[in-house]
Amino acid sequence: MLAEKYPEEVKKIFAKYPPEQKRSAVMPLLYLAQRDEGFVTKAALEDIAQILDITSTDVAEIVGFYTLYHDKKAGKYRMQVCTDLPCALRGADKFLEELCSNLGVKVGETTPDEMITVEAVMCLAGCDKAPMFQVQSPDGITYHENMTVDKTMELVAALRKSGKEVK
Amino acid sequence: MAHLLLRHRDIPDIGKMDVYQKNGGFEAFKKAVTGMKPQEVTDAVKASGLRGRGGAGFPTGVKWSFIPNSIWPHYVVANADESEPGTFKDREIMESNPFQFLEGVAIAAYATGANAAYVYLRGEFWTVATILDEKIAEMEKAGFLGDKLFGTDFSLRIYTHLGAGAYICGEETALLESIEGKRGLPRIRPPFPAVYGLYGKPTVVNNVETLINVPLIIEKGADWYKSLGTADSAGVKIFSLSGHVNQPGNYELPFGITFRELIYKYGGGVPDNRPVKAIMAAGASSAMIVADDKALDTPMDYASVRGLGADLGSASVIVINDTVSLEWVISKTIHFFTHESCGKCTPCREGTYWMLHLIERIERGEDVKANTELLNSVARQIQNKCLCPLGEFSTMAPTTAIERFPADFTPSPAGGKHG
Repeated sequence: MLAEKYPEEVKKIFAKYPPEQKRSAVMPLLYLAQRDEGFVTKAALEDIAQILDITSTDVAEIVGFYTLYHDKKAGKYRMQVCTDLPCALRGADKFLEELCSNLGVKVGETTPDEMITVEAVMCLAGCDKAPMFQVQSPDGITYHENMTVDKTMELVAALRKSGKEVK
Repeated sequence: MAHLLLRHRDIPDIGKMDVYQKNGGFEAFKKAVTGMKPQEVTDAVKASGLRGRGGAGFPTGVKWSFIPNSIWPHYVVANADESEPGTFKDREIMESNPFQFLEGVAIAAYATGANAAYVYLRGEFWTVATILDEKIAEMEKAGFLGDKLFGTDFSLRIYTHLGAGAYICGEETALLESIEGKRGLPRIRPPFPAVYGLYGKPTVVNNVETLINVPLIIEKGADWYKSLGTADSAGVKIFSLSGHVNQPGNYELPFGITFRELIYKYGGGVPDNRPVKAIMAAGASSAMIVADDKALDTPMDYASVRGLGADLGSASVIVINDTVSLEWVISKTIHFFTHESCGKCTPCREGTYWMLHLIERIERGEDVKANTELLNSVARQIQNKCLCPLGEFSTMAPTTAIERFPADFTPSPAGGKHG
C-alpha cells in the first residue's frame, strides 16, 4: 500500500494539486507504484484507485495510454533507444542493431539475466547527441548521449553489477 | 552578441541562485510585482511582439489578455513536453538556465493573476524535473515564491508535473487533461484554455522558450526587444539544428538569418561536404523544403519560410543530405505520428495507420506508383478533419515529399534508402 509504504512522498504529491482535484495525483502515484517491481501490479492499480476515489479501470487506462508506465515485468533496466528521424540520420538504427547483437537479444527482448530490456522508442529530445538512449529503471530515468556500442556495453556491465547488488 | 536565453553559454554558473542574482536575476519579477500593474506587464509583452515559441507563433501578450477577470482562480502552465523529432531546446534551457525560465513563469503568473503555476514536463525529463524542484525550493527560500511576495498581496507557487511519454500532451488541451489525471486527449475548442483551461478555469499555456524571453522584456523594455529580429518576427530564437551537419546543437540567433548561415556558418556544414537535399524547418511535422540556392538563402522568419511552402514552427531544423531517399524519411515520420496519435479522431487514428501500411508497401517495392498515389490520397483525407494539429502534422512530410521529390517515389528511389 503506497500510503503506508511512502507516506512522505504521497503527502508531497497531494500538496501539488488543489484538494478537490485528487485525480491529478494519478500519474505521480503510478511512478511511485513502479518503484518496487518496475511495473504497475494489479494490486497497485486497486490501491491507487482507492486512494483517488476512482475506478481501477480509470487508473488502468492511464497505464495503457502513457508509454512510461508498464503493466508487465521486463528487465530491471529498460534501455530505450531513440530511432526517430534525426537520430536515425546519425546512425541510430545501426547502433540499435549492433547493440542488440552484442546483447544477444532482439528489439523488445530481455537478456537472460533479466537485467536489460532493449526497446526502440520515439523521440527523446536528444537529436543533436545521437546515438542516444534513456535507461528507465524502477526509480527514475537517465539519459545517455553521444553513445557508441562499446561505451554502451561498459554501461551494461555497470548496470548488471549495481542491479545485482540491489537485488 | 552575448546570449540572452542560453545565458549559461556565457555565464556557466547562471543556474546557481547567487550567480543568477548577481547577473540581474529576479529584478524583472520584482519590478513587475512592485512597480507595475498586471495589465501593464501584459501590455509590455504585447508591445514587444513576442510570439509563442512552441510552433504556432501566436502573440504571447494577446494570449495573456484573453484571461477574463470574471472567473477565478487562474492558472499558468509552462509547456515543457518537448517531444517532436528535431526539438531539444527547452531541455537545455531548463537544465542550464532554469531561474530565467522560472522567473518568466512567475511574471506570466503575476500578469494573469495566477497564484499557482505548473510546469508540465515530458516524463523522460525526469532529471530536469529534479533540477526544477530544487530551484523552486531555492526560490521559496529566497522569497521569490510563496505568500505576499515583496510585501505585496501577490502570492505564487510553482509545481512540476511529469508526463509519461505521449507526444500529444504537447498539444495544450491534451496537456491540461493530463495534469487533471486523464489520458492526454485534446479537447474540442472553443472554449479555449484562456476561458476553460486547467480544472475548467482560465489558463495560460506557454512554451518554455516563450517564457524565458519574458524577464528580458520587462527588464529592458518592449522597444529594445522589438529591435531584435525582423519586423514580422521580433526577438531572438533558439534554432535547433540536427541531422546531417557537423555541429548539431542549439543556436540562439536573431530571426532572419538564412538556412545557409545556420547550416554552414554555425553548423559547420555537412559531413563529407555532401550537398543538402532537403530541409525540415519545424521538426517531423515540417513540409519538405527542396534545398536549392533560393531556399538556402531564405531568411528564417515566420513569413519568409512560409514563402517556401513550409513553416518555421519551433525552428527545429533537420538537415538531410543527398544519400537519403525521402521515401525512407517519411517512413520515419509516419511511424512517429502513427505511434503518437491519441486515437480520439478517426481520420488521424485510421489515417496514420494506413499511411504506415502504405509506406511499408512502397518500401518493399510493391506497386510503388499506385501505393504512392493512395498514400497521398489518404494523407489529404486526414487534413482539416481533426480536433488538434497532430493529424495535420502527420501529413505534411508525406504530401510535400511526394510532391517535391517525385524521383524518390519510384521502384528504385533516388539516393540510398537509409541515413
